[in-house]
Formats: sequence, C-alpha cells, structure tokens
Amino acid sequence: MDAPHPRRHLLAIGDLDPVQINRLFARAEGFITDGDTRPDLRGRLAGATLVNLFYENSTRTQSSFELAARRLGADVINMSPRTSSVAKGETLLDTAATLNAMGPDLLVIRHSASGAALLLSRKVTCSVINAGDGRHEHPTQALLDALTLRRAFGTIEGLRVAICGDIIHSRVARSNVVLLTLLGAEVRLIGPPTLAPKGAEDWGARVFHDMREGLKGANVVMMLRLQSERMEGAFIPSPREFFRFYGLDAEKLAWAAPGAKVMHPGPMNRGVEIESGVADLESRSLIETQVRTGVALRMAVLEDLARGDLDVNLKREGR
Amino acid sequence: MARRTLFRNARLLDPASGRDEPGALLMDGDVIEDLGPSLLAEAFGPDIEQTDCEGLCVAPGLIDLHVATGEPGAEHKETLKSAGRAAAAGGVTTLVVSPDTDPPIDARAIVDFVLRRARDASLVRIYPAGALTRGLAGERIAEIGLMREAGAVLFSNGGRTIANSATLRRAMLYAGGFGAGGFGAPVMHRPLDPFLGGGVMNAGHFADRLGLPGVPAAAESIGVFRDLRLAEATGAHFLLDQISAAESLPLIAAAKARGIDAGASVSAAHLALNELDIGEYRTFARLSPPLRTEEDRQALVAALREGVIDIVTSGHDPRPTEEKRLPFEEASAGGVGLETLLPTLLTLVAEGRIPLLRALFTVTAAPAVFLGLPQGRLARGAPADCVIFDPLAPWRLNAENLRSKSRNSPFDGRLFQGMVARTLVGGRIVFDSGRLPASGTVEKER
Repeated sequence: MDAPHPRRHLLAIGDLDPVQINRLFARAEGFITDGDTRPDLRGRLAGATLVNLFYENSTRTQSSFELAARRLGADVINMSPRTSSVAKGETLLDTAATLNAMGPDLLVIRHSASGAALLLSRKVTCSVINAGDGRHEHPTQALLDALTLRRAFGTIEGLRVAICGDIIHSRVARSNVVLLTLLGAEVRLIGPPTLAPKGAEDWGARVFHDMREGLKGANVVMMLRLQSERMEGAFIPSPREFFRFYGLDAEKLAWAAPGAKVMHPGPMNRGVEIESGVADLESRSLIETQVRTGVALRMAVLEDLARGDLDVNLKREGR
Repeated sequence: MARRTLFRNARLLDPASGRDEPGALLMDGDVIEDLGPSLLAEAFGPDIEQTDCEGLCVAPGLIDLHVATGEPGAEHKETLKSAGRAAAAGGVTTLVVSPDTDPPIDARAIVDFVLRRARDASLVRIYPAGALTRGLAGERIAEIGLMREAGAVLFSNGGRTIANSATLRRAMLYAGGFGAGGFGAPVMHRPLDPFLGGGVMNAGHFADRLGLPGVPAAAESIGVFRDLRLAEATGAHFLLDQISAAESLPLIAAAKARGIDAGASVSAAHLALNELDIGEYRTFARLSPPLRTEEDRQALVAALREGVIDIVTSGHDPRPTEEKRLPFEEASAGGVGLETLLPTLLTLVAEGRIPLLRALFTVTAAPAVFLGLPQGRLARGAPADCVIFDPLAPWRLNAENLRSKSRNSPFDGRLFQGMVARTLVGGRIVFDSGRLPASGTVEKER
C-alpha cells in the first residue's frame, strides 16, 4: 500500500516537539465547543477508517477515540479481542497483519504490554496511536491533561504539578512527566516508596513520600488510579492506609497552593485515592473538563495523522 | 512541684558521651536535671532527697529491642506486667515487644492495645514492634504507616523470617516512607535461609553425636547476605536480628564499610553460651537461632567489641514448662533473658573481654539512636531512666527466683559478676534489691 506521506505514529510523547504540540493544541482548541451548537465536521475525515484495538478494558478512552473519529466523519471499527480471533489464540502481529490487509488509515491500540504499540507500528502501513501500552506511555492522555491545564491557567510554564499515587505502574505518569516538563512545568511525584521509588527522579521529577511536603505550593494535584490488584499487601498494606497517607481529601488539598486544581485520568476509586467531596468540587476539579477536552484533543490527533497537515506546514516553514 | 532527688557518691557512666567519672546526678521529677563531678551534695539544702550510691555505677537504663511476651493471646507465658517486673529487676527500663503475639501486632488496634495495657500494668516503658507483614505470614505488607502513627517504634517479623525476597524488599522500601529525621522507620529482620533453617541445634559434630538435626551456619549467613543487599538497595534503616554465626560477621563488616544504614544485634545468650551447654539434651539451651560453637561465641564477643555488632538484646522468649519438658526435638526454642542481659555483659566486662562503656553502649545509646528515642543516655533533660549496679558483685542464678512468668533460662545455675541494685523509670524506683539504703518508696505494681 502506498502511503501519501511517510507514515506517522503517536507512540510516545518523545515523538513530538514543542512546535508540533502547540499546533495540536491550537487545532484541538478549534474543536472545543462550549455552547450547544456544534459545527458539522464530518467532511474532514470522510472515507477514512479508524480501528480501535483494545486489549485492555477501557470505557472512556475507547469511546473518546470513537466519538472523535465519528465527529470527523471517519468510519470506526471496534475490535474487542475477547470476542474476536485473539480469544482463539491469535498473536498481536497476526492480528495486525489481518487488520492491515483491510487497509485502515488509523489504528488505535491499547495493550497490557509495554512496547506493544511500537511493535505494531512496525508491522502495519497505517498510522498507529498508542492508547496505553503497559506501564510505558499514554500520550493522548498527557496531551489532553496538558491542554486542560493550559486552558485553566493560560500557560503551563512555571506551574507546579504534583502527580500522586501509583507512579511506578502508571503510563499516564510517565507521559505526563515528559510532556509537562517539556512545556516548562515543575513536576513532582508523590507516593509511598513502593509506588513512587526514588529512582523515578531519573525521569526529571522530584519524588516525595510525604504528601504534605510534596504538595507544598502545587498549583495542580493530579491523582492516579490505584489498581485494585495492587491494594492488598503487595505494594501497599490496604486501601485505608493508602487513603490515610496519600488519598486526596480536603485537608490534604489545603496543603497545596491556594485554589489548586484537581485532576484524575479516571476511572476513580472514590475513598481510595480521592475523596468524593474533592473530586466533585466544581471550583477545584478539572476532572470533567479533562474528559471534554479529551475528545477535542483526539480529533486533533486523528486529523493531523490522517491528513498529514502538520508535515506540510512544517516543510513550508523550512523545518 | 516535682520531686528532686540527688544521687551522690556515684560512678557516672554515660556511653553516649563516653563519661566515666565519679560524681552526682540530680533528677527533677521524671527528667535528669544535672549531673557531673562538680555537683556537690553540700550545695543542696535539706529539702532535696539524697541517695548515697556508695560508689556504685549509675548508667542509663537498658533498652531491649527483642522481648517476646504472651500478651495478647498467651498470657500464661508472660504478660506485659510480668515482663515489666523482670525488666525492672534486670535494669531494663525500655523494652520493645515482638509482634508475635496472638493476634499478632499487625494493625493499629493491637498497637493501641499493647500501649494501653503497658501504661496500665507495666513498671517500665514498653513499646510495640509492629509486624512487617500481615499476620506475620510473610506475604503482604502490614499497615506500617498506621501502626507507626499509633506508636509502633520498630517493624519486624518477630521470629519468623520473610522467605519471599520480593516481599521483604517491598516491606523495607515501604517502611522507608514512614520514618523521621532522615531515616526510614526502623526495620529489624531475622536472617535465615528458609530451606536450611529446619534443624533444632547448631549443625556439626555435636549435633551428629546427639543425633539431632542441625541448622548450618550457612542458613544464617545466606540470609545475612540477602537481607543486607536488600537493605542497601532499598535504603532501609535496618537491623539484623540475633546474629549467631562467625561466618556472618565479615558480611556485616563489609556492608558497613560500604556505608549502608544497617547494623546487627546479638542476644546475650549467644555471647555467653555455646552448643555444649546443651549437654545431655538440655531443652532450656534450645534457642533460636541455636547456640553455636565456642569459636562462634568468641567471634561474636570480638565483633561486639569492635563495633561490627551494634546492639545486644535479651532475646527474651518465655516458654512454659510444658513446652520445655519434652524430648529435645519436640521442645520449643527460646529462653528468658530480661534479668540476665546486664549481668551477662557485666560478666564479660569483669573477665576483661569488653570495655564497660562499650558494653553499656550496645544496650543504651545504640538502640536509642536506632529507634530515635530520647532515653538511653545520662544527660541534662533526658528521661530519668537509670540503673544503679555493682559491677563486680558475684552471684549465682537460681531460675526459681526469676520474675518472669516462665523460667526457661539457659543460664540456670550459672555464676555472674555484676548485680543490679536499683532501677528507676522516669525518676520512680521500679526495682530495689536492698543493696543501697532505702530512699523513697519502691513503685508498686498496679
């Protein structure tokens, strides 16, 4: 299959430079509608096909991509490995070859193995978007988080962002550390040593085991989901101990900068990593905004990758 | 106004500062107000109570990091009250109770319980050690943070080694997040290879002759290597519990030379006895870890003198008669030690094996620093926890006279040099042998 331009993928934040990121943001801003009226954009990607290949359960990311694609007029196929040939033992690469033969334009993959998206991208002729590979990266989540922050604060430069909870197993944390640092924020990582080891300082963020100290002066508190299989003794003793020391409640939020905003990539464990009162606090919580921004950001990513506009623009600028 | 008491004509011993000089010590209520050679009795009026120490030694009360009791769950073996009584008689003013109770000390409610019972019933200060793993099962991390908040000062898995290295590593890492003053929460662990640790005495000729299954020294040294490597990798504030074998010592010395935050402890019994004390199947000499050879014992004493071993504990482990009057292999391991900890050290001092201040350091300042406690030293403002002892008085132990509820001492019938005359906790007399003239009232047990 001939590609009109070199195939481009979004596998990790490191694939992007600040210019590309700002263009994506500008494009996404155009897709954010605050009112009831939504312009019909179904001509933008009419005729294009997007395949959602989700090996891990996901409600919000999968539907966010699907909605983004449909709003741009693309056709969407949702492959659920549990009800497909994968359940019969097909390997990832065999599935990829089969899908590739159908000639999609965009392939969105979520997989429990780190590096799965990269492996796939080497075997297909369409653009691959990493929607989460193991503990490695979840670039569109980080991009939508950053865009949410930019809209809330005007700029990301100089913000102090505290990411709290299960850092070591989090692809969201990894992508966010890279992206927010690149955009000029100071990122802090907070959690018990089993989930936020000092070694994570190599990522370029300071690690804190004491939440009070870590939250000092933070403009943004980003809580991560604690997977239930990690709650009972392997990495933390119990959900109640985790909540006592690392769960975000009103008291701990007061340790952050005045008016600090709260984020969560979802889905939330209320009462484990975040108290309901804080998650639902309209003046402080950006959690719903994150979801809304997510669709627009993913529309921007899809359009960019499918049409390759960004490359054309970059060439015109002599890059 | 708090009661002030002057202890004059004393030999003041403070291992933390290296003080060893004649002088006096002034207590104001529950703290030490002042001490030194120039503190003269004449300077004080008749309103101050005075005790003539008759030249005896006044040292900080001992801190014992390894004391098993039976409360909750096995009160017939030992209660916090009876352990406190034995401790007071042994000059031990602070003890840390092991988590291997029933239920184990693995949740904040049990920590609360022990602290409350200790406060109500014990003559000495008692702190709980929290379990490192839930139910001491070695599988899941216990609620270290909540227990720490409730007052647990140390985390250990009691007598049960954590076989799974990944679990121990995570427990060490996790405890590192709940410390103070730049250290993690103190962690103590008994090094033992689980597959080699199944015997009932030291492996070797003597075990072979007795026909008993042995625990090789390698069972310990393999565990020591693993535990020290994990402590180094996790940055844990770590103490090896009860070293018994000479071959473990170079590993500890090497780890210290690398500058890691790890130390080692030894029980008093292992400094004084060897495997031959088992004699003809004496179950009271069945300990865990087992008594080893005379060469091991001498190496342990040398290591203590040189600082390779940091802390001496009593390894107090009460076992009722019905657990000991059994064939050797069926008897349980363990011996009481609260009342023989200081005398064992003083006997080694009298024999010229170890300097007095060094011996005292390992049971006062060293454990206090490891736990981050204010006691364990004679200094202005420090808690008035003191032991007054005669460093040379000879005596013979008759286990019948022990204050513990269980009397399974491996030292029964043995001669000691060094005897406790009086013990004070927070300025109150909790033990008085009658050796000094009476002054004030001896604290009665409640």
